[in-house]
Amino acid sequence: MIRKTLAATLLAALAATQAEAVEYAQFQPERSNIAFTSKQMGVAVDGRFRKFAAALSFDPARPTAASARIDIDLGSIDAGSKDADDEVVGKQWFNIKAFPTASFVSTGVKALGGDRYEAIGKISIKGRTQDAVLPFTVKQDGQLATFDGNLTLKRLDFAIGEGPWADVSTVANEVQIKFRIVAARK
Amino acid sequence: MTPAARYTRTAIALHWLMALLLLGLFAVGLYMTGLKLSPQKLQIYSWHKWAGVSAFLLVLLRLGWRLGHRPPAPPATMPRWQQLAGEGAHHLLYLLMIVIPLSGWLMSSAKGFQTVWFGVLPLPDLLAKDKELGDLLATVHQGLSYGFAALVLAHTGAALKHHLVDRDDVLVRMLPFLKTR
Ligand code: HEM
Ligand code: HEM
Repeated sequence: MIRKTLAATLLAALAATQAEAVEYAQFQPERSNIAFTSKQMGVAVDGRFRKFAAALSFDPARPTAASARIDIDLGSIDAGSKDADDEVVGKQWFNIKAFPTASFVSTGVKALGGDRYEAIGKISIKGRTQDAVLPFTVKQDGQLATFDGNLTLKRLDFAIGEGPWADVSTVANEVQIKFRIVAARK
Repeated sequence: MTPAARYTRTAIALHWLMALLLLGLFAVGLYMTGLKLSPQKLQIYSWHKWAGVSAFLLVLLRLGWRLGHRPPAPPATMPRWQQLAGEGAHHLLYLLMIVIPLSGWLMSSAKGFQTVWFGVLPLPDLLAKDKELGDLLATVHQGLSYGFAALVLAHTGAALKHHLVDRDDVLVRMLPFLKTR
């Protein structure tokens, strides 16, 4: 009898959490953005990607079960100037004819305490794939969750900027990437 | 202050140092804008900006010196209108030596490329990034530079005329080693 009540209570509790389970999974492109900063001749130059898609699911109760996939349309780049936009889509840079998208695919999420997390996964650009760790924070606000993070990539790990552009004294190897992905509750 | 009989060594040194620097800046400016984007182009642009800011600092120094040292008076044989034209041209040259670098700095800000003097000293961006404004300021920078070049040509022509036609000491007092006669 006691056993039965216990089981029933447990079941009820489980059902309750299930009902309350929140999942942020609807990508909000117009609230999200992916920007980057490169250094040219020691001077920071800002850029961003105008088009990208994210498929994600994040349940604050089970953050480590979260997953994400981000695909960036490289042709949508704003590299800071018209000259640069025309240049970076070319063969020596992204070669977007052959590799139109860059992607991040998560394999796991680690909780770092508070609202801080780390997405572990793989970044693929220009046919090259590298392990990556994306630290990010989550802010929940009603129907929306905002994921903010940044990471530093070495462009030469992906052969971005070949030939004369491989010279890192003109355009630095490190590129800072800042992302904000906003998702709505399902 | 009474006018000196000749230009000071400092005035002469600054005149010729800046003349070389500015002609170099003008030539490099013309050359670099036509280049296809490459690491060299980015390097040359940076050097143009660094040298341009240096020219700006030099002209401030030069004007400081000039305030304390009146230039020699023009030869009394010169017609009044020529004296005035010469003085006006010199003032305009100084003005352009200030305004051209300023327009370059503002243009760089508006184009979203901050100026960091020799990669060390960042100049503040006085303008936010704005493509139209950047293009407009590039046109202003270009127009002022072309006007400056035309004025320098006239200035050089006048100096040569003084020396070769009028045979006065105007060029010699700015270029003392010519003093052979
Ligand atoms: C007295 C000093 C300077 C002179 C005589 C000068 C002259 C010139 C000339 C002749 C051009 C080519 C214009 C064209 O044909 O499009 C040019 C371009 C340029 N200058 Fe200067 N410049 C000076 C100072 C500066 C400074 C201080 C800066 C920035 C801090 C600067 C930044 C630029 C830039 C960015 C361009 C390229 C504009 C473009 O790409 O359209 N310049 N300059
Ligand atoms: C970028 C090139 C040049 C600039 C910006 C420039 C500017 C000036 C300025 C502002 C003055 C007036 C100095 C003062 O009274 O404070 C001056 C004087 C003078 N410049 Fe130039 N100059 C340039 C090139 C030349 C050249 C190529 C020559 C000769 C071939 C020349 C010959 C002279 C002479 C002779 C004077 C003295 C005029 C007098 O005694 O009244 N300059 N220059």
